[in-house]
Amino acid sequence: MATYRELLAQVKSEIEEISTVAAHERLASEDGSLFVDVREPDEWDEGHIPEAVYTGRGRLEQRIEGLVPDKSRPLVVYCSAGNRSAFSVKVLEELGYENVVNLASGFSDWKRNGYEVTIPRALTPEQRSRYSRHLLIPEVGEEGQQRLLDAHVLLVGAGGLGSPASLYLAAAGVGTVGIVDADVVDESNLQRQIVHSTERLGEPKVASAKRTLEALNPDVRVVTFQERLTSENVDRILGEGWDVIVDGADNFPTRYLVNDASVWSGIPVVHGSIFRFEGQVTVFDPARGGPCYRCLFPQPPPPELAPSCAEGGVLGVLPGIIGSIQANEALKLVLGRGDSLAGRLLLFDALGTTLDEVTVRRNPECPVCGDHPTITEYVDYVEFCNSAASRPEPALAGGSAEDGAA
Amino acid sequence: MAAVRIPPTLRAEVGGARELAADGETVGEVLDDLVERYPPLGGQLLQDGELAPFVNVYVGGEDVRTRDGLDTRVGELEQLILLPAMAGGAL
Repeated sequence: MATYRELLAQVKSEIEEISTVAAHERLASEDGSLFVDVREPDEWDEGHIPEAVYTGRGRLEQRIEGLVPDKSRPLVVYCSAGNRSAFSVKVLEELGYENVVNLASGFSDWKRNGYEVTIPRALTPEQRSRYSRHLLIPEVGEEGQQRLLDAHVLLVGAGGLGSPASLYLAAAGVGTVGIVDADVVDESNLQRQIVHSTERLGEPKVASAKRTLEALNPDVRVVTFQERLTSENVDRILGEGWDVIVDGADNFPTRYLVNDASVWSGIPVVHGSIFRFEGQVTVFDPARGGPCYRCLFPQPPPPELAPSCAEGGVLGVLPGIIGSIQANEALKLVLGRGDSLAGRLLLFDALGTTLDEVTVRRNPECPVCGDHPTITEYVDYVEFCNSAASRPEPALAGGSAEDGAA
Repeated sequence: MAAVRIPPTLRAEVGGARELAADGETVGEVLDDLVERYPPLGGQLLQDGELAPFVNVYVGGEDVRTRDGLDTRVGELEQLILLPAMAGGAL
């Protein structure tokens, strides 16, 4: 039976090791090497090699394939003195990693050399517990959770779609949630708008939502705009620095306004809309090559063809489903993970429980995001929607698309 | 023969059906067949003999405007989706 020292010596003789100087050269040359930190969480929190990934030794075997799917990628494994990492190199080789080396003198020597060190902003013990299910997912982890905590997501509308979307974003720890809505809570909202409650009847929706979200998660700062989004205030509101907009508006003028403003400010929009048993959801992200709302629908339909939920009704759970998909897309955009719905429109039919997908292409002729835009400043969106509506035939003219706040 | 998905906003015009079978080898022929049977659909889908600008039609998941418009071929049993914009969200 070998002692620890004998075992360590044997392992060290079987693996490849590099010096601190050589490791530093690899980092500086950006040759694709990935540094893997296998120390304890508190050691990581006190400082680590820049751009290293963290996985404690205890979960190394479980987590490494999620962190590093490419087994040919060069890995430099380190701990504080090069011993624990030596055993980890051995394990990684057994898992099929082809190009793994041990940092022989560890992180202590790295620091002694005066090389750069990143000190992570650590989650508090309460946050570790609250977000533990996120921390376990390789695609989120501690870095992703920090991104969520740093993120700013703006919701247009605190109604049917904004309710589930805001609840899940707040629960996920999105650090700043903005809400634009001019309405007050009405009894007819409560069949689906689950961020509000009976005791909030008559209260501004933004205030009601703020109370619910901050009670759900004290990490979240809720910024409220109790106003209707207009050409006059949109630059001020969007100018507060949002990473993603979740559009749950209830009328066409606001939809087109949100679109034009987001195209010009380069903010991606997670779009959802609902009617009776049907929902549509997609992502507009022209700043990254995707289409915009005007590429999909250059013109709004006449009011007769586009009744609002107030006129046509909606199944209460439908915005729960569509709004949750919107939250999913917003979280992915913040995390920079997965494939977004940009370029794809999902059509959900709650009656048949079917999900269809159609392709949405960027229109090079689009008046706002196209190659030669003809609309470069805000227009009168109510007028735009009504004039589009009055074109087809006299019977379809009239009506108003401006009623109701987002 | 194509299967045409009818959006909720147009169902009143077709007696509440969610999907209808319609004859035709192109999008134009399929829509003509529908309009012949349900005349009120005409003003809501077509404008001056063209597809109305506020309605999208998809065949095989692709917007027919990015293909051959009303001349886009529709395969036997292929699904055709009619899609007007919907504004609803919050109110």
